[in-house]
Amino acid sequence: MIMDWALLTEWTIKSLVLIFGLIGGFAYLTLFERKVLARFQVRIGPNRAGPHGILQPIADAIKLIFKEELIPAKADKIIFIVAPIITVIPALIILAVVPFGPDIRLFGRTITLYISDLNVAVLYIMSVTSISVYGIVLAGWSSNNKYATLGGIRSTAQMISYELALGLGFVGPILLSGSLSLVGIVDAQKNVWFFLYQPVGAFIFWVANLAEVNRAPFDMPEAEQELTAGYHTEYSGMKFALFFMAEYIKMIAVSAIAVTLFFGGYRGPLVDQFPVLGPLYFLIKVVAFLYLMVWVRATLPRIRYDRLMAFGWKLLFPISLGNVLLTAVGIGLVGITGNNLWLWFIPVSTILFFLLVSHFAQGAVAGGNK
Amino acid sequence: MLPEYYYLTLSAILFSMGAMGVLIRRNAIIIFMSVELMLNAANLAFVSFARMHATINGQIFVFFVMAVAAAEVAVGLALIVAIFETKQSIDIDQMNSMKG
Amino acid sequence: MSIDIILFLGLAVVAILSAAGMLFSRNAIYSALFLIINFSAIAVYYLILGAPFIALTQITVYAGAIMVLFIFVIMLLGAEQTGRTPASWWMRPLGMGLGALLILESLYLIFTHLHSFPQPIEIIDGFGNPGQVGEILFDKYVLPFEIISLLLLVAMIGAIVLTKKKMKR
Repeated sequence: MIMDWALLTEWTIKSLVLIFGLIGGFAYLTLFERKVLARFQVRIGPNRAGPHGILQPIADAIKLIFKEELIPAKADKIIFIVAPIITVIPALIILAVVPFGPDIRLFGRTITLYISDLNVAVLYIMSVTSISVYGIVLAGWSSNNKYATLGGIRSTAQMISYELALGLGFVGPILLSGSLSLVGIVDAQKNVWFFLYQPVGAFIFWVANLAEVNRAPFDMPEAEQELTAGYHTEYSGMKFALFFMAEYIKMIAVSAIAVTLFFGGYRGPLVDQFPVLGPLYFLIKVVAFLYLMVWVRATLPRIRYDRLMAFGWKLLFPISLGNVLLTAVGIGLVGITGNNLWLWFIPVSTILFFLLVSHFAQGAVAGGNK
Repeated sequence: MLPEYYYLTLSAILFSMGAMGVLIRRNAIIIFMSVELMLNAANLAFVSFARMHATINGQIFVFFVMAVAAAEVAVGLALIVAIFETKQSIDIDQMNSMKG
Repeated sequence: MSIDIILFLGLAVVAILSAAGMLFSRNAIYSALFLIINFSAIAVYYLILGAPFIALTQITVYAGAIMVLFIFVIMLLGAEQTGRTPASWWMRPLGMGLGALLILESLYLIFTHLHSFPQPIEIIDGFGNPGQVGEILFDKYVLPFEIISLLLLVAMIGAIVLTKKKMKR
């Protein structure tokens, strides 16, 4: 295993660029969200720190660094301090397999714009998503606070319930492209982006992602008005900043993954001739998804916890199973008849299935309100 | 690849540590976790044999072992929760009667 | 010392120390966390041994689902603190002695049969890929696969039945 030094520096530089890009992106995402929420609510967002509030994230960072850090008296010290770290690390590493653009030539070398092209990249994303529940449940438990523990357990139960629909949402693009590698999936979207073949799959994937990052309308376990802010009640200062950072970086990461799987990744007009347009298209698509997330937060009310779980298990999971089945049938039909137009059977049948199930399942989600 | 007896030695050591855990500890959940450690040690032996013979059958067996372990954990933990409801303790030294 | 041996020994130290931590820790949550570290070390071993699918499945299933279940149950039962001493004074030394005996026996068996292990065969490039696993899983092992799915269904039903409260009539 002889290490090529140029390769090693290339990986190091790419990783550092990714991490610093994510942290900078998180900082300005908070500003973006506050400004956009403000506009939705017919007011102006933060505009005091710097022109149009550009320096607001820096002001927030300085405030959080100087805040007093409290550790509750009977809290489990080791786990209390380690929990924010365990929450941030999966958020940062999940983007290691996402391609940000086509290969570019720099300094005589062909540089690939992803950190690694795992042949099981989708499984890697699933496993990092599974690990990311630990920080939350440990943070809630180690605070020695009933509300925090309850918030942590609820949040974790929500995340592991929606992981099912998330995993099944991955299966659609895998079947359509025949590869588990994200680079392969982006390459397979040369002609048609996958969300046209899989509208229901894209919708399910996106809703499951909202629930995974504990984001509105699924943020009951951590909202300030409920359960006194849930699992991060007892955290202050830099540790709270780490939780905050983890949530927003996860938002960016799931938007990037949704773009890669369903919306063509870095593909767009003229990307083959000018490879540098790839990251630009990617950025535009990710920002559009983030805007969509903020829009949903501004518009929809929070879903009550038991209806949230009922929605995940009784509505989303069967629809995603049906989506997988119909996608497989569509691809089988293509294989039998050899005619690629049979792929359009998939969106038609899945939309019909979705309408059918949501019509009949309304009573199931409404639960105890009848 | 390193000679396979390296991996088999490690697998044997982990298996014995798991067996030791089942013997020493009194908390039912920790005993359960030691059983999981033993299953993992066996999985490691399977995967190293699969690599040695360059066939994939060992890995398929590991897949099945993982599925069975997941099912076992689900039912076992449900049992422990049910026992806790009645006895208010999960110390196995106190589970010495079939009644209740 | 080649990098293979250094990597192996480093991971072996992590695996054995975390297993020991799990066994001798007073707090059940710490035991669960040590076991997660152990599973991750074994997952890296699977990667070294050419089993990428199994490695990531190990992390997803064991470290990501089974241990979450353990941690939930430990938290809900409040079972962090365990008793200080075993019921009889001879249990602990006997357990450790028997465990040590088991280790010595297994090592003896391995090292006296070293000559009967065949040479490792070179593996092809796509060894352990999900495609290859899937081909064999649905071809040669389709019956165990279906039985496992039934088993998981039965386990789900069993877990629900065991924890359901009795209905008040």
